[in-house]
Amino acid sequence: MGMGKDIFEITVNGLKLVVIFLMMVQMVPILVWLERRGSAFIQDRLGPNRVGPLGLMQLLADAVKFLTKENFVPDTAKPFLYYAAPVFALIPGAVAFSAIPMSSPIQVGTFEMFGSTWGPYTFLVQGYEIGVGIVFILGVSSLAAYTLLMAGWGSGNKYTLMGALRASAQTISYELALGLSIVGVIMLYGTFNLTEMTLAQQGPLSFTFLGNNVTASWLPNWGIFYQPLAAILFFSAAFAESNRLPFDLAEGESELVGGFHTEYGGFKFNMFFIGEYGHMMIASGLMVLFFFGGYTIPYVSVAELNEWAASVTSTAGKASALVALIHFLAFNVKFAFFMWVFIWVRWTLPRFRYDQLMDLGWKTMLPWALANTIITAFVIYIASL
Amino acid sequence: MPLGGVIFIVIFIALFGAFLVWLAANITGTKPVYNPVKYEPYECGIPGIEKKETKISVKYYLTAILFILFDIEIIFMYPWAISFREFISTGGGAFVFISMMVFIAIFIFGLFWEVKSKALEWD
Repeated sequence: MGMGKDIFEITVNGLKLVVIFLMMVQMVPILVWLERRGSAFIQDRLGPNRVGPLGLMQLLADAVKFLTKENFVPDTAKPFLYYAAPVFALIPGAVAFSAIPMSSPIQVGTFEMFGSTWGPYTFLVQGYEIGVGIVFILGVSSLAAYTLLMAGWGSGNKYTLMGALRASAQTISYELALGLSIVGVIMLYGTFNLTEMTLAQQGPLSFTFLGNNVTASWLPNWGIFYQPLAAILFFSAAFAESNRLPFDLAEGESELVGGFHTEYGGFKFNMFFIGEYGHMMIASGLMVLFFFGGYTIPYVSVAELNEWAASVTSTAGKASALVALIHFLAFNVKFAFFMWVFIWVRWTLPRFRYDQLMDLGWKTMLPWALANTIITAFVIYIASL
Repeated sequence: MPLGGVIFIVIFIALFGAFLVWLAANITGTKPVYNPVKYEPYECGIPGIEKKETKISVKYYLTAILFILFDIEIIFMYPWAISFREFISTGGGAFVFISMMVFIAIFIFGLFWEVKSKALEWD
């Protein structure tokens, strides 16, 4: 699917990309506010509550502060790498996030505009649909390892270099568990396409086992009931990939000052920040897509929802828009829950020691992910005999 | 479904946005006043004594090499995983299943050997 056939479709698709990028960037200050308020309540404090209602204007104040910081390069830094690293932190996150389907497509019928007839169109509520969705998202978002090394090496400071090496060794170690944990998921759905995965999870739980149809109408047909171990492994590895506590050895204030971004300040630091939250968003989005039904509503199939929407609206276009809105809200409720889990865990668990971290990745999560792959393959083979 | 020009447009928009951000940071940020201490690498407030090219542990290199080996092995499993059900429905399930189990056995042997040879020990 390219950008479209005529100027209207191309314009809408182009604007959509910008809107999704802005949506991702604009979510960051809200998440920062949520993180600060949430951490305050977890620690029995009040958190930011002075600037504006509930402290919400704190975000604007912070943004202005970031923007007006002075912009300089340390003498020992390599200027190109030093400037390129924050940009690289932001782009892969944004590109990968745009590939996540957030709702069902919106149908636009034919209409008259500027004296000619336009349409019909189908607009997807995602930046672009890619047949190899998972591979694309994992591939692009793992470019983050380069950011760490560029920032660490380019800053010309031993703390940043050590922080970058630790962080990249951690990121690549957990990438193995992350990549292997979803082999079972791919086997289950038999596709790389994220929309097809979502649609496979609609309705109540039902599957075929040894030629018998098993139905459990009290459970939604979500991936987590088929792949519980993969869900745990994937989510833990995602924490390590986005450098969040309990895996934030990249920062380790007590040993490494600020880790790979010690020498950064102002807007360049802000871009690292957006990159980190972007990776959290991608991880939450994938968690919802793989294991919690994507944008579908639990128990209700897409066909049933379409039927209901057609009965309350006048045209097919309005019905598809209503369905898309409901799906979008459903996706965002699940998405927000996992974003909250990221914040919740950060303020609940202590940090690992480095050898414990590497042992967990290589000697615990990798074997368990392998076991999950073998068991899934075996069960699928036996079940469909 | 070809990626076509979409990805290039996205990358272009992202690069353009990044450029705008960089420009904004340069325009809005106050101009730095030169001060030799400010431009030194950060060192907890005391003059730096060590060269910036610090010696680093060879462990990181080893980890990276092992990562590449294992990651390529995992990537081999992806096309297998996606076509596994198709193979079962067309009757080739047993062959595909057993050959992947042999592959995974080699994978496990490699991991076991690495643990045994203390390549994954950090101290």
